[in-house]
Amino acid sequence: MTDLQEQSTSTGNGDVVISVRGLKKHFPIMKGVFRRQVGAVRAVDGVDFEIYRGETLGLVGESGSGKSTTGRVILQLDDATDGSITYLDEELTTVSTNRMRELRKQMQMIFQDPHACLNPRMTVASIIGEPLVENSTMDKEARRARIDELLTQVGLDPSHANRYPHEFSGGQRQRIGIARAIALNPEFIVCDEPIAALDVSIQAQVVNLLKQLQEDLSLTYLFISHDLSMVRHIADRVAVMYLGHIVELAEVDDLYDNPKHPYTQALNSAVPLPDPIAESTRQRTILEGDIPSPANPPPGCVFSTRCPVAVDRCFTDEPAWRDTGGGHWVACHLA
Amino acid sequence: MIRGEPALEVKDLKTHFNTQDGTVHAVNGVSFTLHEGEFLGVVGESGSGKSVSMASLMRLIPMPPGEIVGGSVMFENQDLLQIDIDELRKVRGGDVGFIFQDPMTSLNPVLTIGNQITESLKLHTELDKKERNSRALELLELVGLPDAAQRLKSYPHELSGGMRQRVMIAMALACTPKVIIADEPTTALDVTIQAQIIEIVRDLRSKLGTALIWITHDLGVVAGLADRVLVMYGGRIVEEAPVRELYATPHHPYTKGLLDSVPRLDQKGEELYSIEGQPPSMYTEPTSCSFAPRCPHAFDRCAQEVPPLRLISPGHKAACFFNVTTGEPYVD
Ligand SMILES: Nc1ncnc2c1ncn2[C@@H]1O[C@H](COP(=O)(O)OP(=O)(O)OP(=O)(O)O)[C@@H](O)[C@H]1O
Ligand SMILES: Nc1ncnc2c1ncn2[C@@H]1O[C@H](COP(=O)(O)OP(=O)(O)OP(=O)(O)O)[C@@H](O)[C@H]1O
Ligand code: SF4
Ligand SMILES: [Mg+2]
Ligand SMILES: [Mg+2]
Repeated sequence: MTDLQEQSTSTGNGDVVISVRGLKKHFPIMKGVFRRQVGAVRAVDGVDFEIYRGETLGLVGESGSGKSTTGRVILQLDDATDGSITYLDEELTTVSTNRMRELRKQMQMIFQDPHACLNPRMTVASIIGEPLVENSTMDKEARRARIDELLTQVGLDPSHANRYPHEFSGGQRQRIGIARAIALNPEFIVCDEPIAALDVSIQAQVVNLLKQLQEDLSLTYLFISHDLSMVRHIADRVAVMYLGHIVELAEVDDLYDNPKHPYTQALNSAVPLPDPIAESTRQRTILEGDIPSPANPPPGCVFSTRCPVAVDRCFTDEPAWRDTGGGHWVACHLA
Repeated sequence: MIRGEPALEVKDLKTHFNTQDGTVHAVNGVSFTLHEGEFLGVVGESGSGKSVSMASLMRLIPMPPGEIVGGSVMFENQDLLQIDIDELRKVRGGDVGFIFQDPMTSLNPVLTIGNQITESLKLHTELDKKERNSRALELLELVGLPDAAQRLKSYPHELSGGMRQRVMIAMALACTPKVIIADEPTTALDVTIQAQIIEIVRDLRSKLGTALIWITHDLGVVAGLADRVLVMYGGRIVEEAPVRELYATPHHPYTKGLLDSVPRLDQKGEELYSIEGQPPSMYTEPTSCSFAPRCPHAFDRCAQEVPPLRLISPGHKAACFFNVTTGEPYVD
């Protein structure tokens, strides 16, 4: 393949697994005896991005910025309020329930708390085998072989298949969740804070496993995390979310070495480095104040109330989402 | 940095929990000294005994099931493990302040912020009512709480997580303590809010000269804040060193593994090093190196004896039989 061809295929539609356009998810706020809607939490308030085949798109941002909601709406676990989501060119917001059930096999999710989503009364074999029973015609023997294969793939001992979740450590439970997620050979996985509940020394194990599986099974990931250092390590491109908006999206090194949005810059400088010498000489931008409520976002730029460089129009006009070159997207009047 | 006099001297502290499943050996002989004005970081994985050891200093663990089975904690010429509880109450919140991860557990939900601070001042100081009120305001301003005067009348639930943590710091500082023990005070906060809190703490250090013990699992937070670091594993201190020395030349294989397994924001790393295996069970008294089953350097002695803390260089100790500098076991 020539360079030109390679370029055109890697940005062409054929390589887009997920495409999100103008996506919004508002949760109504009800009040009073008649449960009248008095407002809405604008959890996701108009986001646009693509996820390419085989890549890891990191989605970072602080608590409540709308990361999980974005992931859930993409997988249609929540309905979108507005906008479009396509999976391999198929529109998900209008697809039939039956078709969505089919598509679910190809689109999976890994959660933060491996404890909460593993049924404590089911053995590991039945937890991992459940999607196989529901979605394939495998007989018992074939299923058993597949479960063994999956356990080996995620680094667990197949002879432990008949144990219960509580007999495993946090890191091992996360591996069980991963085995279940890959059981049906999915194309795309939303990893929602998959390592947040794990110890530092165990986080590396799980991240290395996710990377290995991505290579072996050509998986595409949306990797949601508030750990910017880990996202730098695992992602190919990164999107930064703030108050329901994606404010910046770029290739990973570009985003970290050359952040253009004042929020990304502040976020970068707020993450402590495990290096006392670097820390002692670091320039810090300390943001003032707290994140506004998504039920009542500020007019203009969502970041304007905390932005250290805001100018007049930031408080009135919403900055456009634009490519500043080389796929480095940013929504800021000054970038 | 200039090191002050010892503010707190802990010797051979041991804490157990007697549970239905057996005895949890949470703290297995912890000794260290905190100096006046020093910032001491405590790191280690979940369950390694960070919280229990530091809470034991003030006998702040639930007893039963908890039991402090040995050791001494010398503070101002008295052993905090021996003095009677009324004496100890005066120390708590007076000369020694606490900041916890979740401020809601230590703030009284039905008292205004102002009342909580003035109550504590009433208990521990001779100030009159007017002085207490103005001191409360001064404290909230000190920790950078916006609209401090207004906030004195607020209830805890009316504040954001970051604001509550500032109030906790203000309360810990209320009686100008000699020592503050902070247990994961920023872990539940967003990173930009964490940065605000850390900035306040840095700033206070130069103003107040309080000694601080800061428990965290975040090696970045420690790097930017601590003078010295204790690394805990399996209920023991496995390494203790000045912060720069610890990061530059870790001597315990666990410390090294831990440092190698954290990604850095300012670098695109290769594959992360991962410490294989699981943390130790705490149900048996250690008779060997607790890290041996996961250690790349383990040899027969590691499974037979508990390695004592060995002096590596002034102020730097590690509990390991293997000399990482020479790549050989120590002979002694
Ligand atoms: N089912 C729901 N009903 C009402 N509000 C919701 C619901 N789910 C989420 N929200 C709100 O939407 C906003 C975004 O939440 P979301 O969970 O997507 O954030 P997040 O970025 O994943 O945060 P975190 O880092 O804490 O997981 C928050 O204000 C949250 O309270
Ligand atoms: N109330 C209790 N009853 C029984 N065991 C306890 C109790 N509190 C703590 N432990 C045990 O004591 C050991 C040390 O716990 P500790 O809370 O000190 O760990 P830690 O290092 O602070 O961990 P983390 O990083 O998760 O906060 C653990 O094995 C824990 O399960
Ligand atoms: S648009 Fe204005 S307020 Fe928003 S980030 Fe850019 S400079 Fe700051
Ligand atoms: Mg979330
Ligand atoms: Mg703890």
